[in-house]
Amino acid sequence: MGHAMASGSHDPVTGRQTTGHEWNGIEELDSPVPRVVLFFLAVTAVFAVGYWILMPAWPTGLSYTKGLLGIDQRQLVTRQVEDAAAARSALTNRIATEDFVSLAADDQVMTYVRDSGRTLFADACSACHGAGGKGGPGFPDLKGGSSLWGSDAATIAETIRVGINSAHPDTRVSQMLAFGRDGILERDAVLAASAYVRSLSGQKLTNVEQGRVETGRTVFAESCASCHGAAGKGQPDLGAPDLTDTRWIYGGDAQSVHASIYSGRQGQMPAWEGRLTPAEIKLLALYVGTLGGERP
Amino acid sequence: MPRFHRKLERSAIGFVLAIIGVSAIGGFVEIAPLFTIDETVEKVPDMRVYTPLELAGRNIYVREGCYACHSQMIRTLRDEVERYGPYSLAVESQYDRPMLWGSKRTGPDLARVGGKYSDAWHVAHLNNPRDVVPESIMPRYGWLLGNTLRTDDLGASLSAQQMLGVPYTDAMIANAAADAYGQAAPDSGQSSGVGERYGEATNVRAFDGDPGRLTEMDALVAYLQVLGKLTDAAQKQATEANPETAPQVEED
Repeated sequence: MGHAMASGSHDPVTGRQTTGHEWNGIEELDSPVPRVVLFFLAVTAVFAVGYWILMPAWPTGLSYTKGLLGIDQRQLVTRQVEDAAAARSALTNRIATEDFVSLAADDQVMTYVRDSGRTLFADACSACHGAGGKGGPGFPDLKGGSSLWGSDAATIAETIRVGINSAHPDTRVSQMLAFGRDGILERDAVLAASAYVRSLSGQKLTNVEQGRVETGRTVFAESCASCHGAAGKGQPDLGAPDLTDTRWIYGGDAQSVHASIYSGRQGQMPAWEGRLTPAEIKLLALYVGTLGGERP
Repeated sequence: MPRFHRKLERSAIGFVLAIIGVSAIGGFVEIAPLFTIDETVEKVPDMRVYTPLELAGRNIYVREGCYACHSQMIRTLRDEVERYGPYSLAVESQYDRPMLWGSKRTGPDLARVGGKYSDAWHVAHLNNPRDVVPESIMPRYGWLLGNTLRTDDLGASLSAQQMLGVPYTDAMIANAAADAYGQAAPDSGQSSGVGERYGEATNVRAFDGDPGRLTEMDALVAYLQVLGKLTDAAQKQATEANPETAPQVEED
């Protein structure tokens, strides 16, 4: 087939020219491309010329033609975000400027908080605190009011802003030492402290634990009371939780309490300033308040 | 014209060459100018390279196929910008070889996940996603905590990146294994070199919670925690474009 063959003969049935190829007596019709295909080809060519003129298209070395419509996807999305923010601004401006007491008392604001707070919470908070704010081991339950620094909206907003043990300069700090691992307390002292701590919240102790409570009281007074207070009621300023209530971040069973004392706890919450706007942070703080559950 | 075409289509080699020539025009016009147009990649002086540990984590990210379900590209669409933050800039993947933009999102986009969650959360989540997100369908990657990270090939890895144009210095290549260890062991002697070579803003901490052992979990979490943090160019641009709605960039 190397050489171009001469045009074939006419096909007697259709009257069309054949390509000239012949296989065992069968020849191929040399039908022209259908008109409709050529028509659409022409339409796309015309469309392309129009598109080149209106939209960013041709490279010109160091730059490119910008198009008569001046469409820029980056400017477009910036404007769309702006417009959407403006549409919400009646409520978001109020949230950004008014105080929590008047906001919480306003039905219109709180309807908005419940509605858009759910979306914001789902993306920003629920990975750790759970979809409904119930938390999990190491991630506090937001419904139960175990917030170390306080459960009022202003305090929660501040915690969201600066985080806990985060990289933020104003971060809240909560550093429980690794009393066992770092050799501050002997093995028996850790066990005794663990038993005493569990007794503080009125938990049912085993007989072995009962026997350790008195030693634990001394250990607690010497090593733990400076942060958790003599009565174990905690000190929010130092990030030391109340040990007498039934709410636990890392668990109140014997193994968890022992692990907390032995290895320490430095739970971290990221700072959200910079990632969320101040109004979004206040909105989330209000939303956390709507999650329900009893508060102390 | 039909006569020319008739002749061309009857020459197999000639026709193949013609097809290649014509398709190359599209490629040339679309791709080549990106190398000459100034604004293709933004000029950002503070853009830093991945540390050896982060690069090792990136290799694990590739090995485990994370890119099959997670993109790293926030597109210029309102819903993406409102959820994930400022749209991705070309400069942010300047040192990504290969790039991991992806096009499939079974899970969320990860372009700005750095700093969004705590290390402890990442470790728990990678170990078994259901432990922290009950509705998750992500597979578990428990072996990352058990596998000791291989560091002897990190120098070669950095050197290969250097050949591709990533500005790793010879000191970075020579200290790759030590820097990888030091970044996950803040109290060790090797940790100070990480800040010297990669900037004091570099995360130096026990990512998997155990400073005594360098695991693949350390590497992957270090990588995830730096996504979107190599430069704040995108945040700055968003703040300039729209100071009203963009969250303020921290000044410290």
